[in-house]
Amino acid sequence: MSRRKDNYETSRWLKFKTWVDGETDPLSSGMDPTEVIPESRMRERRKDLARRKAYDEELTRIAAHHEGKTEIMKARGIRYFQKFYKVMSVILCLGIILVLLWTVSALPVTGNAGNPANNEVAARYIEKGLQETGAVNIVTGMILDYRAFDTFGESCVLFIASCCVLVLLRLDADSKNESIKKMIAESDDRHFEPKDDIILQKCACVLVPVIMIFGIYIVLNGHLSPGGGFSGGAVLGSGLILYLTAYGYRKMSRLFTEKVYRRTTLCALTFYCLAKSYSFFTGANHLESGIPLGTPGAILSSGLILPLNICVGLVVACTMYVFYTLFRKGGM
Amino acid sequence: MSFVQNFPFFSIIIAMFSGIVSSVLDGKKARNLSLVMIAVTTALSAGTLAFCLGTGESYTFMMGHFPAPWGNEIRAGVLEGVTAVFFGVIMFLAVIGGLEHTAEDVEEKKLNLFYIMIDLMLSSLLALVYTNDLFTAYVFVEINTIAGCGLIMIRQKGRSMSAAIRYMIMSQLGSGLFLIGLSILYDVTGHLLMSPAKESVEMLVAEGSYRLPLLVIMAVIGVGLAIKSGLYPFHYWIPDTYGYATPTASAVLSGLVSKGYIFLLIKIFYRVLGYENLVSSQMANVLYVFGIVGMVMGSLHAIHETDTRRMTAYSSVAQIGYIYMGIGLGTSYGMVAAVFHIFTHSATKALLFISAVGLYEVSGDKKDYVSLRGAGYRNPLAGIGFTVGSLSMVGFPMLSGFISKLLFATSALESPHKMLPTLIVLAVSTTLNAVYFLRLVITLYSRRRPEDAPIPETVPRKSWHLRLAILCFIGVNLVLGLASQPIVQAITDGLAMFG
Repeated sequence: MSRRKDNYETSRWLKFKTWVDGETDPLSSGMDPTEVIPESRMRERRKDLARRKAYDEELTRIAAHHEGKTEIMKARGIRYFQKFYKVMSVILCLGIILVLLWTVSALPVTGNAGNPANNEVAARYIEKGLQETGAVNIVTGMILDYRAFDTFGESCVLFIASCCVLVLLRLDADSKNESIKKMIAESDDRHFEPKDDIILQKCACVLVPVIMIFGIYIVLNGHLSPGGGFSGGAVLGSGLILYLTAYGYRKMSRLFTEKVYRRTTLCALTFYCLAKSYSFFTGANHLESGIPLGTPGAILSSGLILPLNICVGLVVACTMYVFYTLFRKGGM
Repeated sequence: MSFVQNFPFFSIIIAMFSGIVSSVLDGKKARNLSLVMIAVTTALSAGTLAFCLGTGESYTFMMGHFPAPWGNEIRAGVLEGVTAVFFGVIMFLAVIGGLEHTAEDVEEKKLNLFYIMIDLMLSSLLALVYTNDLFTAYVFVEINTIAGCGLIMIRQKGRSMSAAIRYMIMSQLGSGLFLIGLSILYDVTGHLLMSPAKESVEMLVAEGSYRLPLLVIMAVIGVGLAIKSGLYPFHYWIPDTYGYATPTASAVLSGLVSKGYIFLLIKIFYRVLGYENLVSSQMANVLYVFGIVGMVMGSLHAIHETDTRRMTAYSSVAQIGYIYMGIGLGTSYGMVAAVFHIFTHSATKALLFISAVGLYEVSGDKKDYVSLRGAGYRNPLAGIGFTVGSLSMVGFPMLSGFISKLLFATSALESPHKMLPTLIVLAVSTTLNAVYFLRLVITLYSRRRPEDAPIPETVPRKSWHLRLAILCFIGVNLVLGLASQPIVQAITDGLAMFG
């Protein structure tokens, strides 16, 4: 073996070799703030600090300890960075706001008849919407017939969002993991709720049936009047939540458990999926769908829109209720 | 209308439906359903591809009884077919490869939720590939984002929670910008379907009206999707996200999710905004600059890292930079190179993440360089997989990375003003890639030192899933590297159909 150079310990080759072997990281030392700052600048900073009496004492005390010095340098660096960060983020936001406002000023004026958005697309929705979809409420006709694929996507957004919340917040009661058992015990905050609040119960007794009937009305009349699955489902969900708050989990579990939730969502989405697949398939292949549109204005009219509205309403109601129970801890 | 033309629609709906059904199945059944579904949709996509290659034309498919500007529509062509098949294959291999780890990392009762995320993720990727409607694209971007979040946070250990939150914030920012862009676009064109919107945009450009809104639309949509795909200055969510998720999720997120957004961006550029408008408005140059900065900075960050998973994640930042550089070149050759690099990077990065799992298994689940010393001997196949992936990223001949670097270099020759910077940055970035990837490969095949911490005795798992996945990934890489000509030809034809 050839003789090593005298300065082998400090040679570049050794550094390279140790780095290839994964023992040191040449850049990691560069990350250390004490090494980056040259001595001259450090001196300047010290002078600077010396002028400020408040820092003076602390610095001389800490300067004795190398560790402490690093700490204070880091802390100052972070402080400066945070200030810089705040200022820059405000400037950036203002810049984006300005550009977007400027763009808005260049856009067509709202309500002008000659706007690009008032074209043949909107005209056909308004003129032929009733005839083609059978829905008096053109908006419902649009979202559940003309652009039903988007709406199916939207209900899947709700579905996957509730799945994500389940991932995040549901604690498995049969879990053998000790930490989860502990978490379940801790998270159960139902003991702290006021129980059998008479005022709340009496109010809920009156309100819940009205809310539920109103929700059902909105869902069922989605194709006739303003409303539909999304808004009606939200009303239904809020009715369920009110009932739960007033009467507690035990009474609610007679009506609504996780199993019910899963089955309802599954049935609603499956029906939506199958019905719309049929409709897409026949539409794309230019076949007759064979679904009667009925007389416009009657409750049983406009083909698939009514059942689809019911499906969307069920999904929305379940999702809202599940979100509420999961965020209140302790599961359904 | 031929029955084959229904296949894109079937594949999207089947993927969504199996996600819905999985909500009542137990983990194992959901997993099997998911695997079967991915195989079936890939076969359907292959059918679509064969049909489009046969007719040599693309076609649109009405989603419902109403034609184009009124109802939803999807569109299938050669490029869509190739991408869908490719995404399906990568998804299948990523799920197979991470099967054991998924079962370990995810609580048993939540396993079906994991596969719901996978199913809906695939459906949204397919919809992003096939869509011909801007609002459908937005809806499925949402599904994709939420599913991505779920995939990260389902491993409720370590930093995966903060990674998921970071991912969610950045992703929502991207979606928000994208939505603002779509709203402005609708305001000035009055259309959400891609083809009529493009006609309106062309008319507006010819008239010279609404110049500022059009520029803002390009910027906002470009930046929005760039944030979501992790282009350099917006990449801060990447290392945590890819580094701390379960292996399948890492492979899917790095290999497919960011690529789905880039594909959508290319589609919007070609089919709505017009690529020539993008070039004339200098937006392409902006993407180009971001791309070349990312190519260098991503690699520099990767050299800093001692955690190999984070290193691989930072290497993604550099590779995304390559793709945006290709888009920013402003020529159709550059775009072909960018699309090819989408394929290269998904195949290679998924291979790296999956084979790295095999190496960690035999190193006591540690991920730093020192612990991985000699891991290539302890798990030979994973070592070979990682080596092949690294060499492909560096640009070794016969592997896919070489072809995409070659395509980038030749396409740079076509655009005179950008030739020199492109070639220089390609050379620099390749060297940097070699520095960190080959260093890791050398570490994998160097002997352990006596002073190294002993490896805890683990029963070596005979996981044929992992082996199969690694072998198939190596195969995909070789196919892309050796039989690149027909694929490049298909991409060129597909882009021509876009126009």
